[in-house]
Amino acid sequence: MPGPIIEIKNLFKSYRRDSLEIPVLNDISLTVPEGEFLGLMGPSGSGKTTLLNLIAGIDKPNSGTVTVAGTDLSSLSESALAKWRSRHVGFIFQFYNLLPVLTAYENVELPLLLTSLSKKERREHVDAALDLVGLADRMDHYPRQLSGGQEQRVAIARAIAGDPTILIADEPTGDLDKQSAGEILTLLERLNDEFKKTIVVVTHDPRAAEKAHTIRHLDKGELT
Amino acid sequence: MRVFKLIFKNALRHKLRTFLTVLGIAIAVMAFGLLRTVVTAWYVGVEASAANRLITRHAVSFIFPLPLAYRDKIARVPGVELVTYANWFGGVYIDKNQFFARLAVDAENIFDATPEFLIDQKELEAFKRERNACIIGEQIAKNYNLKIGDVMPVDGDIYPGRWEFVVRGIYHPRNKTTDPSQMLFHWQYLDERMRQEAPIRAGQVGWYIIRISNPDNSAAISDQIDAQFKNSRAETKTETERAFTQSFISMSSAIINAMNFISFVIIGIILLVLGNTMVMSARERVREYAVLKTFGFSAIHLVGLIGGESLLISSLGGAIGLALTFPMTQGFAASLPRGWFPIFNVEPITIFLACSSALLVGVLAALFPIQRALSTRIADGLRQIG
Repeated sequence: MPGPIIEIKNLFKSYRRDSLEIPVLNDISLTVPEGEFLGLMGPSGSGKTTLLNLIAGIDKPNSGTVTVAGTDLSSLSESALAKWRSRHVGFIFQFYNLLPVLTAYENVELPLLLTSLSKKERREHVDAALDLVGLADRMDHYPRQLSGGQEQRVAIARAIAGDPTILIADEPTGDLDKQSAGEILTLLERLNDEFKKTIVVVTHDPRAAEKAHTIRHLDKGELT
Repeated sequence: MRVFKLIFKNALRHKLRTFLTVLGIAIAVMAFGLLRTVVTAWYVGVEASAANRLITRHAVSFIFPLPLAYRDKIARVPGVELVTYANWFGGVYIDKNQFFARLAVDAENIFDATPEFLIDQKELEAFKRERNACIIGEQIAKNYNLKIGDVMPVDGDIYPGRWEFVVRGIYHPRNKTTDPSQMLFHWQYLDERMRQEAPIRAGQVGWYIIRISNPDNSAAISDQIDAQFKNSRAETKTETERAFTQSFISMSSAIINAMNFISFVIIGIILLVLGNTMVMSARERVREYAVLKTFGFSAIHLVGLIGGESLLISSLGGAIGLALTFPMTQGFAASLPRGWFPIFNVEPITIFLACSSALLVGVLAALFPIQRALSTRIADGLRQIG
């Protein structure tokens, strides 16, 4: 049994809106072993995306700890957290979030610009990632020249190009038709099976849930 | 490499908006350059003033004459090296659009007091010998194709009648701040005719030009000169040549101040134009900036992206505007009566001000979008629609 790559202990998170304190996550504890494919499900407003953001180090808890790959994220400064994210986390968003002025190749290369890789090494990484998602022949296309499913595949290539420790996906099939969604889920499954990537995915899609090894439900900020 | 490419591509994301912004900046910089050139041209006489020259004029206004008899009294004041004088002649040469200074001067020593006018010694001697001779600046010679021996007929207005002057010399300016478009002729020629036609106006000079040995003593010498004529019928006011020129310009100070003010208002307009573009751009890209931050791009990267785009647009507009300033100022100068501004060049200070203004505007216009991009939490930015 592999050791935990994500450890969450007694996590509390609330947001302040004007004078109101809105609790979002309430005493969450969670352990995710390395190589896991975890699905987080729950109704809107249950705190799924907030939990995902905390695991990815783009938000900080009010209390409790989030440890990912041995690093306590709450101990890191904003700049250290940014560096940590660039090395350890690959992001896949619901709306792809590709930069429209960059080609598929340039979008995939973008996070690699923060690494110490040479231009040649970056090219190798980008080529491999685009090849893996089946878009090697579309590398010079701009996002507007791609379908939604292709855009999401480029986004996945961008997420995996830097070989991150974990992959974080927020509703990756939420904006796709059935066929494209199936292709994306198959791709994620392959990344988990073949490349042993730890994947945490927030989803409403029952087919996505089927692909996950483990499903955890969130309701009103509590894991059930 | 990709960062610069991204800045460039971002700037061209809305081509029409960027084009209009660049055009707006270019027009504003051109207008700024033109106004500054006019203001600089106005003040060129001040810049050319000699530190060791004083001007004595009538205490009420320089349009009132002073008696020639003051010359010897002024010359006896300690510290005074040389005294000469001049009268504004005015008149019309060819037509009223041909404007240049026409001055009646003491032919014997005017060039001793004005070393910035470079004149051939033989030409100067010929000028001194001939009562109706004149010396003209090289710009006049060039503009009217005049050469030595030519006659310049001038219709007098302040001093009525037809006057004819023979060109006996052409002076050259010592540097580019020296007026190359003055016409100087014998004060005696003017005075003799006044004795015959209007005796009450004879024996009077417009102002005295005084060379002093030590510029540090200018205030004390000025006081001594003025003290001599206190309570006389023509009290004097003595001041440095710079102050005199400035007081001359001050008659137009309202216009110059307005132009100065407008030239800087234009900078404000550029700021608003570019600021508006950058704010719109940044607002549209809140989610992109959040994505970049998610990937680990730091505040420095975002500052570089937003600031770089703002600077790229402002620099492009500034460069185009500056390039257009030169033909614009030439066209403007050509539309004025000839000689209106003896020196009308786009000065290095104007180029510097235009460039630095464009760059400053580029920086300032980026501040608010940068602040907004940096202060937006990643989670909030990712939720942004649009």
